Amino acid sequence: MPEQALPVIWYVLWVVLWVVYFVLDSKTLGLGTLFPFLARNEREEAALQEAVGPFWDGDEVWLITAGGATFAAFPLTYAVMFSALYVPFFLLLFALFYRAVGLEFMSKVKDPGWHNAWRWAFTVASFLVILLLGVAFANLFYGLDFDASGNKTTLFTLLNPYGILGGLTFVTLALLSGTIWGAFKVSGELEKRLEGYAHTLWVVALALFSIYMVATANRASHLLANYNQVPVLYVIPALALLLLLLVKPLLSRGAQLGAWLATSGTIALLLVTGFVGLFPNMLYSRTAPEASITAYQAAASPLTQTVMLGVALALVPVVIGYQFWAYKKFSERKIDVEEAKGYGA
Amino acid sequence: MPNQLVVDLSRLQFGLTAAFHFIFVPLTIGLIILVAVMETLYRRTKDEMYREMADFWGKLYAINFVLGVVTGITMEFQFGTNWSEYSKFMGDIFGIPLAIEALLAFFLESTFFGIWFFGRERWPQLRALSAWMVALGTNLSALWIITANGFMQHPVGYKIVEIDGRKLIHLENFWEVFFNPNVWWMLVHTILASYIVGSFFVLGVSTYHFLKGVSGRKREFFERSFRLALTMAVLATLLTAVTGHFQGVNVARTQPATAAAFEGIWEGGKGVPFHLFSIPVPSQEKNILECCPIPYLGSLLYTNNPFGEVKGLKDFPAEDRPPVAVVTWTFRLMVGLGLYFLAVAVYAWWKYRKGGLEALERSPKLLKALLYTIPLPYIAAWLGWGAAEFGRQPWAVYGLMRTSEAVSPVSVGDVVFSLVGLTFFYGVLIVADIYLLSKFAKEGPHLEEAPGKGISGRPVEA
Repeated sequence: MPEQALPVIWYVLWVVLWVVYFVLDSKTLGLGTLFPFLARNEREEAALQEAVGPFWDGDEVWLITAGGATFAAFPLTYAVMFSALYVPFFLLLFALFYRAVGLEFMSKVKDPGWHNAWRWAFTVASFLVILLLGVAFANLFYGLDFDASGNKTTLFTLLNPYGILGGLTFVTLALLSGTIWGAFKVSGELEKRLEGYAHTLWVVALALFSIYMVATANRASHLLANYNQVPVLYVIPALALLLLLLVKPLLSRGAQLGAWLATSGTIALLLVTGFVGLFPNMLYSRTAPEASITAYQAAASPLTQTVMLGVALALVPVVIGYQFWAYKKFSERKIDVEEAKGYGA
Repeated sequence: MPNQLVVDLSRLQFGLTAAFHFIFVPLTIGLIILVAVMETLYRRTKDEMYREMADFWGKLYAINFVLGVVTGITMEFQFGTNWSEYSKFMGDIFGIPLAIEALLAFFLESTFFGIWFFGRERWPQLRALSAWMVALGTNLSALWIITANGFMQHPVGYKIVEIDGRKLIHLENFWEVFFNPNVWWMLVHTILASYIVGSFFVLGVSTYHFLKGVSGRKREFFERSFRLALTMAVLATLLTAVTGHFQGVNVARTQPATAAAFEGIWEGGKGVPFHLFSIPVPSQEKNILECCPIPYLGSLLYTNNPFGEVKGLKDFPAEDRPPVAVVTWTFRLMVGLGLYFLAVAVYAWWKYRKGGLEALERSPKLLKALLYTIPLPYIAAWLGWGAAEFGRQPWAVYGLMRTSEAVSPVSVGDVVFSLVGLTFFYGVLIVADIYLLSKFAKEGPHLEEAPGKGISGRPVEA
C-alpha cells in the first residue's frame, strides 16, 4: 500500500466516526432539548427516558472513539484542535456531564425540586451539546483563526454568523431526529403528539438547511474547490436535501423508521459535504491558509496508522454487530406509556 | 518556555479530574463482578433472592456507572486541551491504547449495560450474560488505560524521530508496548484493589443493615451479599499485597528513583534495611527520623534478594528526583491501609466461619468497623495512584519528556475557567451521587414477602 494512502483511509474513517456519532446521538440530544415540552406527566417522561435510555451511552462512545482515533491517527490534529477550541470543549464537557446525569437522576427521587432541577439540567445540557458541536463543526469547515505563530480562535470568534447558522441547523435536525425517534419508539397519544412536532420541525429544518447551504456557497467558498474539480461530488449535498425532502411524506405515511433514517441521512451527508470540501485539510486556517494542517501533515507514523487500521477492521464490525443487535432487540415492540419505568427508583 | 502557572494549574486540574474519576471507576470494576456472580447464581439456582440481590446492588452500580462515564470523557479531552505538547510528542503511541479502550471496552460495557438495565425484565435469559459482558468491558478498560499509563511510566517499543525540527516518539513495536513489563503487575494490582473497594462497599452496606437489626428475608438477603463480598474481600486483600510486592520490584527496576522515594532511601547500596517508619526531608537529603530498621528487608522487597543492590535518591541529580515526601507518605499510607484491609477481612472471615452471622452480630464493634471502612479503600486507591504518578515526576514520560514541556500553549485564564468550572460541576455531581447512594443503600431492597412468584407478578424497580 502506498504510504500516502494511509492518511486518506484514516481521513475517511475519521469522518465516519464523527458522522456515526452525530447521527446516533442527535436523537437523544433532540429529545433531551424538547423533553419538558414533550412529556405531560411522569408516565410519558418514563416512556421517553426508555426511548433513549438503553442507547445514549453506547452512542456517546462513538464520540469518545472519534476523539481517541483522532489522537491515535492524527496526533497533531488532536493537539491543535482540542487546545484551540479549549473553552468550547470544556463547555461541551460540562454539558455532556449534565445531559447524562440529568437523564438518569431526575426520576430517582420523588421530590419536585430534585426532579425539576435534573430535568432542566438534562434539557439545557442537551441543547448546549448539540449547539456547541454544531457551531464547532461549522467552524471547522469555515476555518479557524490560527497561523504559524499560534492559535487566535476564541469562543467569540467561533460565534460568527456562519458558525451560529451551522449550529442552529444541526440543532433543528437533532430536534427532528429526536421527535421522530420518539414517535417510532412509543405508542398512543404521545406518539401522535411527537409526530405533530416532527411535521412542524421539518419545515424549520428544511428552511435552515437551505439557508446554510446558500451561506456555505457564498461565505465559505474555499469548500467548493474540490467540488468544482470533481463535479460529481455535488451529488452529496443534493442527496442530503433529497433525503430531507423525503422525511415529510414518509412521516405522513407512518413510516417512522424510514423518516428517522432519512433525517439521519441528511445529518450524515451534511457533515460529509463539509468534510469533502475540507479535504485534504483537517484544520483549515481562515486567516493564514498556508498554515492549515492537512491529513498528510497530521498523520501518525505509517506503523501506528497500520496497527490502528488492523484494530479498526477487526473490532468496528463486531461493535456495529452487537450495537445493531441491541437496537433491534429493543425495537421488537413499542414502549407502552402506561407500563414504562424509565429510570424511576 | 511555558508559563509555570499554566503548568501548575494544569497539573492540579489533571489530578483533580483523575481523582474524581477514580471515585467511580474502582467501585464499578469491583461491584459489577459481584453483580455478575449474583446473576449467575440466579441462573443456576433460580432462587429469586439472587435476582433481587443483582437488582439492588445493580441499582447502586448504575448510579456510579453514569458518573464514571461522564468523568472519563474529561480524562480523554484533557490530553488535547491541557497537554497538547504531550499529545503531539506522544500521540503516535499514546493514542493507540485509548482508541482500543473505546472500541474494545467502552462499547461492550455501555451496550450491554443498556441491555442489562432496561432488558432484565424482558429477557431474563440475557441477565447473566449481559452482566458478565459489562464486567468484561469494565475490566478490559483498565487493561488499556494502564497500558497507556505504563508507557508513560516505562517507555518501550518506540524510537525518537525528528520531523521539521521537532522530536517525536514513533511506534517501533506494538507488542513491546502491549507486553510492557511495567503494565501487567500494575494492572492486576489495580484491578484487585478495585475488588477491595467493591467488596468493602457491599460489606459496609450489609453491616449497616445488620446493625439496624434487620430480620427475615432481608436478613438473609444481606447475609448472602455479605458472604459473597467477604470471600472476594479476603482473596482480593491477599492478592493485592502479593501483586503490590511484584509491582514494587518492577518499579525498582524501571524507575529506581521512584522506588527510592517510596522508602526514603537516600544512600543506595547492597543489603539495604527497611525502616518501619521514616520521615524524609528533601532539602537536607536525609530522613530526619528513622525507626525500627529490619536488616536486608529493603533489598529483599525491591530485588527479591536480601543482598540485592538498591539505588538511593542521591544517585540521581536533584532535578530528576520525584517529590520525595509526597511519594513516601502516599506509598506508606497505602501499604498501611492495605494491611488493615487484609487484617479486618481475615478476622471477619474467621469469625463468620466460626460462629456465623450471630457471632458477628455479637460484636457490633467489628460490624461498625466494617461500616466505617467503606471510604478507606477509595483513599488507598487514590494514594496508590498518587504514589505512582507523583513518583513519575518530574517526567510526563519517564526519562523522555518533562511535565513542564508537556503543557498546552493556553492562557492562565483558560485554565482557571476550566478548573473553576470542573470543581463546581463536579462538586454538584458528587453531592448528588453520595446522597443517592446513601439513600438507596439505607433503604435497602424492596423484597417480596412471599418469594418465588416469578417476574411478572412483581412490582418493578429500576
